Amino acid sequence: MLIGSPALALLVLGLPAGSFLAIALLRPLRRHGHAAAAVSVAAIGTALAAAIATRLRAVGVAGAVNPAVTWSWLPGDGGPMATVGVLVDELSMSMLLLVTLISFLVQVYSYAYLHDETPPALGRYYAYQSLFVFSMLGLVLAPGFLQMFVFWELVGLCSYLLIGFWYEKPSAARAAVKAFWITKLGDVGFIAGIAMLWAATGTFDFWTLFGLADSGALATVAGLPTIMFLIYLGAVGKSAQFPLHVWLPDAMEGPTPVSALIHAATMVTAGVYMVARAFPLFALTPDVLVLIGWVGAFTALLAATMACVESDIKRVLAYSTVSQLGYMMAAAGAGDPHASVGHLLTHGIFKALLFLGAGVVIHAFHTNDMFRMGGLFGRLPWVGVAFLVATLALAGIPPFPGFFSKEAVLLAVLNGGFRVPFAMLLLTSFLTAFYMFRAVFLVFFARPLGHVDTHGVPVAMDGVCRLLAALTIVYGVVLALGGHHGEGPAWLPWVSMAVAGAGIALAWATYQRGLIDAARLASLLAPIDFLARRRYGIDALYGALYRVVLLGLSRVIGWVDRYLVDGVLNVLSASALRAGDALRRLQTGQPQDYVYGVALGVLLLLVWAHLR
Amino acid sequence: MPLQAYLVLGALVFAIGLFGVLTRRNAVGILLGIELMLNAVNINLVAFARFRGDTTGLVFTMFTIAITVAEVAVGLAIVIDIFRVRRTIEADHLDLLRG
Repeated sequence: MLIGSPALALLVLGLPAGSFLAIALLRPLRRHGHAAAAVSVAAIGTALAAAIATRLRAVGVAGAVNPAVTWSWLPGDGGPMATVGVLVDELSMSMLLLVTLISFLVQVYSYAYLHDETPPALGRYYAYQSLFVFSMLGLVLAPGFLQMFVFWELVGLCSYLLIGFWYEKPSAARAAVKAFWITKLGDVGFIAGIAMLWAATGTFDFWTLFGLADSGALATVAGLPTIMFLIYLGAVGKSAQFPLHVWLPDAMEGPTPVSALIHAATMVTAGVYMVARAFPLFALTPDVLVLIGWVGAFTALLAATMACVESDIKRVLAYSTVSQLGYMMAAAGAGDPHASVGHLLTHGIFKALLFLGAGVVIHAFHTNDMFRMGGLFGRLPWVGVAFLVATLALAGIPPFPGFFSKEAVLLAVLNGGFRVPFAMLLLTSFLTAFYMFRAVFLVFFARPLGHVDTHGVPVAMDGVCRLLAALTIVYGVVLALGGHHGEGPAWLPWVSMAVAGAGIALAWATYQRGLIDAARLASLLAPIDFLARRRYGIDALYGALYRVVLLGLSRVIGWVDRYLVDGVLNVLSASALRAGDALRRLQTGQPQDYVYGVALGVLLLLVWAHLR
Repeated sequence: MPLQAYLVLGALVFAIGLFGVLTRRNAVGILLGIELMLNAVNINLVAFARFRGDTTGLVFTMFTIAITVAEVAVGLAIVIDIFRVRRTIEADHLDLLRG
């Protein structure tokens, strides 16, 4: 196995942390956003270099050596209760590269994308961005569940802050709160699972837990399936699996580069990463794995159908992300975390490119509605080519990287014996090609409908898109030449390509040539079309639950507080006031009256003493 | 004369003094009432000292007289100051502490 240098990993982790602290604490830097941008981009650029160096200088080690370097954190009886540190193995190094690379490119791109923002807003943006990169890297490098959970929550916080970056827009503020709430729903399960696992084993450490799993000690833990299910719930929330997927499309209210970084390439994949990281533990609970596989495949199909009827380009990409996350989870559920992480890495690159390309498109058309776009390919050929490259990769056309990683996922699911999920994923593959090329044709090739404003796409945005497109192609070629395809039926690549091709052909016939009427197609699939347009009522269900349960409960509690608790207190205070008002009259200010009182009192005492 | 006669005299003087304190509207009148009450006490003290052959009562009387003098001096000074400020020493009008 490969082990990277912990010192370099700590440097990668420390750079964005330093950049965040500098921007957050130094007021002039924060108020003057351009300087903050420079600091942040420089820090992440250096971190990217350090991450590359970590990977290049990694050394192979024979045998099962613990790659984690840890320090004790929470003191406890007989040794530390928890540790913090860095775990630099092959898995975390790949993620380190992906996160720093995409973060760096997105931060460069953002500087051009957000040129209209005021300097303080820009400073705020880069402070959040740096904090996010630090949190994500801390999550990736975590050697134990507890540290992972801390950073897990931190990335959730950054997601909330960045979705609500334009917080004066009500829809953005609502979307931020929604994302926070829905992911917290899963996180409750996550932390409960971690705590139960700790109660059973006394450790949070991945490596110690893997040792326990190997020796069979963990398999005897009572309630292990429950524990792993609860931990998986955290991934359901973070990686937008059914039924907690509803926050991701709404998260598109944030700036487009944020969507590219957090809601496509990095944060939403944290759930997949966690399952892959803790896979030796999940492997002990086949029932939970079956659930993960089925839910993943179902999520993939469900999200793909919703993407087909969406007209907002960013939401199409968001549903596509949900769908691809379903792919990754399905592979993990089928017992192949390598396929899962492989798809995570390729998807991270081309989906970030899609979002950044969409940012340029939105920049040009000043709208998100694809039906009011068209003909952009002639105006911005390079962006079109970059978008097309990413779309082909997502659709799964060789030699683009999505083809290889998707094939690995399909192979894993097939080999895992999941026949129905395999069929669902194949159908999803068809739908993916269809809705992505629907977007491409509507945006780049259809007759231009609206006003196009293509003069001066900033160099930073254009350059980042080209660079990512080149990287996508290179990555695909590397995967093609690497050629470590698993043992699978020879028909699989052909079927996969044919399905994708059919999707592209259908999109072409419908949206480019008009050979098929889209409305007729929709009426042919009326029930699905009806449901998909209403997002299968899941958003409405959450809304109704929120209104009925949460607001109803609040109303009851509010009534009790307002009328019962406040009522009693008001009566008490009012009677005290009234009593004081009555007693006030006793105080006449005339000493003679007081002497009367004293004399009367003495007289009464005398009478009382006499009578007794 | 028996002891009771002196005690009745003391009680009478005390009651007259208390009546004066309670009913006089003039601050000087009130002070005079207080004076009477203190001297009623003196009568009691002297009477008991005489009938029990114990001089402690006489010593107390000396103290009471001294304190009374001081009280009158201070009390009259206060009354004069109040008159300077308020141009009245009617007790009814001096009710700044009314609730």
